[in-house]
Amino acid sequence: MPPEQQKGRSSIRGAVCRHRVGKIALQTILALEMSPKGNLLPGLSAAGLLLLCLLQPLPAQAMDAAGGAAAMAWWVWPLALFFACFLMGIVAVPAGIGGGTLFVPIVGGLFPFHLDFVRGAGLLVALGSALSAGPMLLRSGLASLRLGLPLGLLASISSIAGALLGLVLPPALVQTALGLIVLGIVLLMVLSPGSEFPNVPESDPLARALALHGVFMDGASRREISWQAHRTPMGLLIFVVIGILGGLFGIGAGWANVPALNLLMGVPIKVAAGSSSLVLTLASSSAAWVYLNKGAMLPMIAVPSVLGMMLGARIGARLLDVLEGSVIRRMVIAVLLFAGLRALLKGTGVWA
Amino acid sequence: MGVTTARAASATPAPQAQEQIRYARWLEAGTHAGMLVLVLLFLAYVAGLTAPQVPPAHLVEVWGLPIDEFLRATATPTGWNWVALVRRGDLATLVGIVLLLGCSVPCLLALLPLYARRGDRIYLGICLAEVAVLLLAASGVLTAGR
Repeated sequence: MPPEQQKGRSSIRGAVCRHRVGKIALQTILALEMSPKGNLLPGLSAAGLLLLCLLQPLPAQAMDAAGGAAAMAWWVWPLALFFACFLMGIVAVPAGIGGGTLFVPIVGGLFPFHLDFVRGAGLLVALGSALSAGPMLLRSGLASLRLGLPLGLLASISSIAGALLGLVLPPALVQTALGLIVLGIVLLMVLSPGSEFPNVPESDPLARALALHGVFMDGASRREISWQAHRTPMGLLIFVVIGILGGLFGIGAGWANVPALNLLMGVPIKVAAGSSSLVLTLASSSAAWVYLNKGAMLPMIAVPSVLGMMLGARIGARLLDVLEGSVIRRMVIAVLLFAGLRALLKGTGVWA
Repeated sequence: MGVTTARAASATPAPQAQEQIRYARWLEAGTHAGMLVLVLLFLAYVAGLTAPQVPPAHLVEVWGLPIDEFLRATATPTGWNWVALVRRGDLATLVGIVLLLGCSVPCLLALLPLYARRGDRIYLGICLAEVAVLLLAASGVLTAGR
């Protein structure tokens, strides 16, 4: 078979594969959104769907040919990044997963940039959305400084180790592992629905020494909620592992911060999401320095992404106080499922 | 939950600790300053007001390369060597990124007098250790490659 014909068939197979994966992802979203409760906010549902629809055509143009990206006007890419990140920012903060968790698998899978630059930008994006929301969350008590500082310190140290590891490992291996991690996150989110107000009858000695407790006004229930943490030693250990993963994949690791704080340490889900942002400001900064010093921080990729994410995060931070956790959760699960599949297929060369 | 107190419907946030409010204020100031510088320098870069190290039209051809190949193809400096070429539009934008990456440091330093006055040695140590970690990461001493 002539090479041109082989290339044509391969291109058709790729297009069919993309179509099938996209169709499955969209069907999953619709199935999730048409749940019996049916209480999704229309605007947020639309944001999730629009995010996928916006990104769907990109790989066809970006990946089919090596010169495909170069053939397009350069300004198309930062503009597309800005809008994609704006939508990601709206859902990232209320979901407590940090912008980087959505950014790296989606942009790494669907845009033509090398994963090294995507991970560098991903950490800046995670930092940007956390910085944008941080002050407001701290003032309202939805983020706890006493909780965030010790966890952030450990996550900072280990995220540097993760970033160094990420710059050594082969990109295909990192991409495949990223896909598996993201699908693992989806599984974690499905199996562990979280507890809005966990029952913590007594805090542990370390939590008492660190004064890991606080009070916040819950905007949804209009109640003042006091909370305290427990299982602190295990929580600290978990945050070391989370930091490594965050630095390695450039995803910031808010996705793991929230279940660790909520399910393990017994912190209310909203305080867990808010404090996760604070931890991210510290851990992402540390890991991002490694990428910046290595030359893997491209302003043309990082800046439109950060600006879009920060604008979206400002809206997202306001939604955190009034939205029901389950609403945000379903939407994020759907988007992550698509992004995880894409990363896995790209890493294994099935959908390159 | 530990304790849940029902209270009259009000959107007033519960009062937070002094250090939390101070940290929030410094973080907000640092973020705003970093963002302002970042946006201005990036606009100057994309508008072509400053000559770039890697022209955007060429960047499209090389941003799919692994980092080491990209650095060879574009002669982009690593570590803090970009400071010497800060007049280049794309490298100048890194000033804004550096401000964002570093904005937690003054926030942490601002907490030190509060914790010192209160005799809270644990959190005083945590803040100092975090500053040390951030400075070590920023120094460029820690690096790796394929």
